[in-house]
Amino acid sequence: MLETLIIIFLSTLFYLAIANRMRNYVKILVFQGILLFLVAAFHLVEFSVFNLILILLETIVFKAIAVPYCLESIIRHNGITRETEPFLPHFVSLLITVAIVVGAILLSGSIDDLILDKFFFVGAVSAIFTGLYLIVSRRKILTHVVGYCVIENGVFILSLAVGNEMPAMVNLGIMLDIFASVFILGIFANKIGDVFHDVDIDSLSKLKD
Amino acid sequence: MITAVYLAAVVCIVIALAFSRSRRLSDLLGILFLGVQTLLTVHGMTHPGLTELGYFCFDAPGLILLLTLSIITYPTLIHSRIYLTKPLAKPSSAAAYSSSCVLLIAAMTMGYLANHAAMAWIFTEITTLSAAVLIYHHRSKLALEATWKYVFICAISICFVFVGILFISLALLHDGCSNLFYADLMAHKATLGTFWMKLGFLFIFAGYTAKLGLFPMFTAGVDAKDKAPAPAGALLASALMNLGFCGIFRVYASISGTPVGNWARTVMLVSALVTLFIATIYMARISNVKRMLAYSGIEHMSVVTLGLCFGKAGFVAAMLHLVMHTFVKSGLFFHFTQLWRVYTSKMIDEMGDYLKLNPFGALVLLFGFVSIAAIPPSGLFFSELLTFKAMIAEGSWVVFALTAFLLTVLLWAFSRSIFRIVFLPATRHVEKIRISSWESVSQLILFALATYIGFNPPAFLLELIGQAAAMIS
Repeated sequence: MLETLIIIFLSTLFYLAIANRMRNYVKILVFQGILLFLVAAFHLVEFSVFNLILILLETIVFKAIAVPYCLESIIRHNGITRETEPFLPHFVSLLITVAIVVGAILLSGSIDDLILDKFFFVGAVSAIFTGLYLIVSRRKILTHVVGYCVIENGVFILSLAVGNEMPAMVNLGIMLDIFASVFILGIFANKIGDVFHDVDIDSLSKLKD
Repeated sequence: MITAVYLAAVVCIVIALAFSRSRRLSDLLGILFLGVQTLLTVHGMTHPGLTELGYFCFDAPGLILLLTLSIITYPTLIHSRIYLTKPLAKPSSAAAYSSSCVLLIAAMTMGYLANHAAMAWIFTEITTLSAAVLIYHHRSKLALEATWKYVFICAISICFVFVGILFISLALLHDGCSNLFYADLMAHKATLGTFWMKLGFLFIFAGYTAKLGLFPMFTAGVDAKDKAPAPAGALLASALMNLGFCGIFRVYASISGTPVGNWARTVMLVSALVTLFIATIYMARISNVKRMLAYSGIEHMSVVTLGLCFGKAGFVAAMLHLVMHTFVKSGLFFHFTQLWRVYTSKMIDEMGDYLKLNPFGALVLLFGFVSIAAIPPSGLFFSELLTFKAMIAEGSWVVFALTAFLLTVLLWAFSRSIFRIVFLPATRHVEKIRISSWESVSQLILFALATYIGFNPPAFLLELIGQAAAMIS
């Protein structure tokens, strides 16, 4: 079951590479949030009930509801255009994402580990690097935020992998989520959209040498 | 016990400062914070090796950095007060500045002392939060741009550090250890899995470079130091960089002497040399004084990291360099407020005749330049000399030649800009304004302190550095 969930998670990364509309990004984030909720529910069997409820609530409330809702309202409030405006064609993006996933699978081949499930490793590393790729290959600042959320989801999968042995790591991962979501989206929602009406990275290029 | 008192006091002071609209109350709270900061430092110096609250240890590297930070806390708060009164800042803006400044200093303090990888990570996160408020102080478009870039890059860097900690935790789990104390890492260093440790160090190093100011994540820090008010910039350009160093050093110390340690050393060496190269390129074409100081910080952190790569002798030089750089760089940032009042500009092209416009300030600036450029009798000259000596002792002639060449170009670029400001005629008419010589006293003390440490390092400092050096093998 866990393997199936991770494979579905990986396929969402491919969809991210070719998605053409901002709203699709938000929908993918909602879907990833639900997937992570299920992964946490099935995997963290050794957790105390209270801690498990806390983590499940975080994944569903933050990852699947609050953050996507916030992104959606920013898109509406600032009248952000629908297109994702990549620097590269979607086909190239798809190829690069495939290369990232294949690279992660090859890297996982060198792991002989009883604690870490290879599926978790591949899912996490692919998400982290796909997130980074989204950040460097898209023009809109909001897409950078989406890229960051994907990185966070990858980090969360990795923390789940060691979760049963080190529960504190999962809680720390949640802290990172909340910190970054509130802070980054807070700045974005409150300030950047109001000050810079044209919200792509070209409007944030005044500071240079 | 004292650490608990310190943490409780800091929480109360930060909350009170955030809501305070009275200057007198804010001053009192500032003095109270200086008191608790000094109390913690004295307590640490008199109880070396003590662990409090389970997660904070007054060990040698922590004490060195804590002492350095506490010394620059005094002038930082004094210059912050001057900054907030000339011209008078809005009470709400001053409150946000003061509370986040205190929070930043306290978070750095705890980050230095943390003996647990995750605890150090949490306090690093808090420094990002508080630094962001300081960078956004002016509420301008450019300040917002710098804040956004800083927060975004630091958020990614914090993610990286977390991933690194996760990989290291996997290595520890294989050895039957489920704690992330640095002491546990040290105890298991010989048997930890190479694959996870390499991956862990790589992510932790890349993450902390955002704070330390090395390649690949140095960019955000430069914008931040440029847009933050100068007294806050002094903290960002010195003590906060030290926090990045602390994070990297503690993990490196835990793996040094193993095959992973040698690999980590190569990673740091490459990163430091690339950074030095980038700093040289930018310094040669720089036009903004604050960015010039920021790039100079990056250059010095490269030298410190190079020192760390060359055994115990190099490490001693690196620690001395770190301490002296903190004093000199913060002094130069404090002096920038005077430059701004004279020229109301940061651009080097719009400056000149500083010796006529502010004679005492110009002499202080020259003293600061001699100190930061590591020209004798600067203290930094001695630490750089020791770093070179460590390189040559290990037979790394190529690294030595590259570093020496890049530092020479940097010296040329830096001196060209400073001499332009001090000696060449101004390109536009600048009204002479009166600046009290008292405002330069703190800088003079800091520069003199760095020079004194270079000539005659205090015995207790050398002892602490020796103890810290014993942590690497």
